Parts: sequence; C-alpha cells; structure tokens
Amino acid sequence: MKDREPLFSSKNMKLLTNPLNEDNPITVQVLGICSALAITAKLEPAIVMTFSVVAVLAVSNMVISMLRNLIPPRIRIIVQLTVIAAMVILVDQFLKAYAYDVSKQLSVFVGLIITNCIIMGRLEAFAMTNKPWPAFLDGIGNAAGYGIILVIVAFFRELLGSGELLGFPIFEKIGLYNIGYENNGLMILPPMALMVIGIIIWVQRSRNRELIED
Amino acid sequence: MKSFSNTYIFVFSTVMVILVAAILSSAAMLLQPLQQKNFRIEQMRNILASITIESTASDAESLYEKYITESYVVDSKGEIKDGIDAFKVNMVDEVRKPDEEKNLPIFVGLRDDEKKEYVIPVRGAGLWGPIYGYVALNDDFNTIFGTNFGHDGETPGLGSQITTPWFQDRFKGREIFSGAGVFVSIDIVKGKSDPSSMNQVDGITGSTLTTNGLEDMLKDCLKPYEAYFKNQMN
Repeated sequence: MKDREPLFSSKNMKLLTNPLNEDNPITVQVLGICSALAITAKLEPAIVMTFSVVAVLAVSNMVISMLRNLIPPRIRIIVQLTVIAAMVILVDQFLKAYAYDVSKQLSVFVGLIITNCIIMGRLEAFAMTNKPWPAFLDGIGNAAGYGIILVIVAFFRELLGSGELLGFPIFEKIGLYNIGYENNGLMILPPMALMVIGIIIWVQRSRNRELIED
Repeated sequence: MKSFSNTYIFVFSTVMVILVAAILSSAAMLLQPLQQKNFRIEQMRNILASITIESTASDAESLYEKYITESYVVDSKGEIKDGIDAFKVNMVDEVRKPDEEKNLPIFVGLRDDEKKEYVIPVRGAGLWGPIYGYVALNDDFNTIFGTNFGHDGETPGLGSQITTPWFQDRFKGREIFSGAGVFVSIDIVKGKSDPSSMNQVDGITGSTLTTNGLEDMLKDCLKPYEAYFKNQMN
C-alpha cells in the first residue's frame, strides 16, 4: 500500500503559494478583473470580499472534489454552479446578519461572486480531478492570490484617493494637508484600479521574466 | 469516463436541489431576526440623518428613542389613521397604491433646540434601480430642514452622488410650496438654478436621469401629504 502523503507536503504547499505569485489569478491568468475594479476604492470591502471569496472557493472546491466521482459529466457545470450559488447565498446571508454596513457597500458584488471566473475555473480545472484536501488548499490559495491583489489595489486607492486607511484619516493626522497636499479624486474612479493592476503586472513581470508572454 | 444513466442524472440533480434548498432555507430562517434588526437600525439611522443627527449602529436605537418623539400615519385627506405603525409601513407597497389609499407615515423629530421637524419617507426610481430616503420639513410644513437619500445601484461617481452632503445640502432651506401657497415640490434644474426661486436646486452634471428620478420621487411622495400640510398650516 502506498504511503499516505503528509497533509502539508511540499506539493500541497505549492498549491497554496503558487497562486500568490507566479500563478496569480488576476495578474497572470487575468481572471476576476471586473470585481477587482469595482470594490477596491476602499480597503475594508476589499478585505471582506477576500474572505468571502476564500470561504466560497475553498468550500465549493472541496465539495465538488468530494462529489467528483458521483457527478455525471453531462451536468457537471450545473452542479458546480449550484454549489457555488449556494455558498454565495450563505455568505451573503451571514454578511447581512453580522456585517450589515459592509454588505451594503458590497451590495451586488457578493452575488456576483457566482460569476467570478476564478471560481468556476478552479472547480472545472482542479476540483473535478483532485482529492478534497488538495482541492481545499487550491481554493484557499487561489482566493488568497485574488485577495492579495485586491488588498494591494485598495490600499493605494484608499490612501491616495481619500487619504485614509480603513477609514482612519492617516494623511490628516500626519498633517499632509497643511503643506498643500490634495487627495487625488481620480484614484476613487474605476479606471485607476485598472492602472494600479497594470502597474502590479508590470512590476511582477519585470522581477520574474518567465511570466512575460511573447 | 464513467457513463451515467439518465435515471441517475435525474435522481442526482433532484437530491442535490432538495439538499441545497434545505440548507439555504434553514440558514435564512436562523439569520432572519438578526437581519431584520440590522434593517430596523438602518431605517432609524436614516431617519435620524435627515434631521442631521449622526448615529452609529450601536447608539441608533437610543438616539431614535430620544429624538423621534412620535410617529403616525395620515391619509391623503390629512386625517390621522389609527392603528398603523408608521415605522412598519412598507414604502415599496405604498408607492404603488393610488393616492387615496396610501398610508402616509410621518415621524416627528424634536431636537435639542426644541424645534420640531416632520420627517417624510420618500421612494422612487433612479436610473438603474430604486432610490429612497427621508425629507425633514420644518414646523412650517414648507421649508426643508434636511434630507437623506439612498440608492441601490446608481452609477458610482455620478448618480450615486445623490447620497453626498455636497448634493443634499442644496435642499436645505428650500421650500415645497410656491410663494402663492401652491404645492410645487422641488425642481432639480440643469445648469444654474434661479437663486431667487425657493423651489429650485442645481442638478448634478452627468446624473440627469438619476436626478430626474429624484425630482419625480419628491413630487410623487410629498404631493399626497398636501392636504395634511395645509391643515396644519392653518
């Protein structure tokens, strides 16, 4: 009988860490851009969105992986969608009950996690052919890779656009306005999210030349 | 690849749907009380905001108790309707009814300066979805004391600006009756409003459709109160 693979073998750890950098869903696979533009004007919704996507993706990856031998291939997309939709509704209900203000800010975007291409992509590409534990890690890794970009973008947009971080008026406290600094209102608008992501992609690719496509 | 019979597919999908439905409905039922509480607090905070009282989720209930001294429902003839809780009137249903059948809620706010404000809920359609809010009138039932508007999905940076103080401050001190005492509501005008007119405010560039919706909302929702306002003025 084959030896059991340790839970955190190097192969499994790769599932967690790869999507954070060289296999990042946003900057390398360029998936999930739409929500990255929409909810990154402030840090708090970006963080909540990250946790929501982690929960949805990890659990649905695991559920689909457990069912992978039972799911008839002909209806697998529908089954995946049902699992995702159920998870998203649960997350939405919990946010409405425990984080009402944030759920109001995220409004339609929580529901739109269902259509986030990263999630369907991972279910179809990974969970359908792998065991539950690796699938769970893969879900966390990819959602975290998505989230890390959200948080970086939101950090710069909130800081430069509103002069605040998590609502704390950081620029006012260090007296930047007194020497004539003004917030850049453009940072709040969606186009600047795209530009910040563009800059992240540029920095990442100039440090890791293997990522550059022809 | 394993092949599955049609029967299996039907059974599989039926079981899946039933399971998912059971999970979701039990979650919805368990969380409902908390969600309704949040919703109530949100409503209280909006009412308080229209009379310029800032509140947080934790102190909203006590501030509401303190500043909103009474609330009641009137009909379009200006008579007070008994037995209806103004706070529980569902504006989504009310805006669909003909004026004569509407329940018209009024919340009376009494601020620290001992002046009474009358808060009227409003609801209408913006460009992409519903817009709603509260309009607080001074005790002359004519001058706007403050407003609080909200929306579900107006364009960020354009129509969504109806929620900002920058826009809402324009309504302060404006009047809903013309000098001759005719109900005219508030006109939101493109370009420069006439500074001598007490019934106009400036619109927002790029948000014409949202502000048109807002203008209609004010007109449609305040109009049924006309009889009540006039009774009170005399």
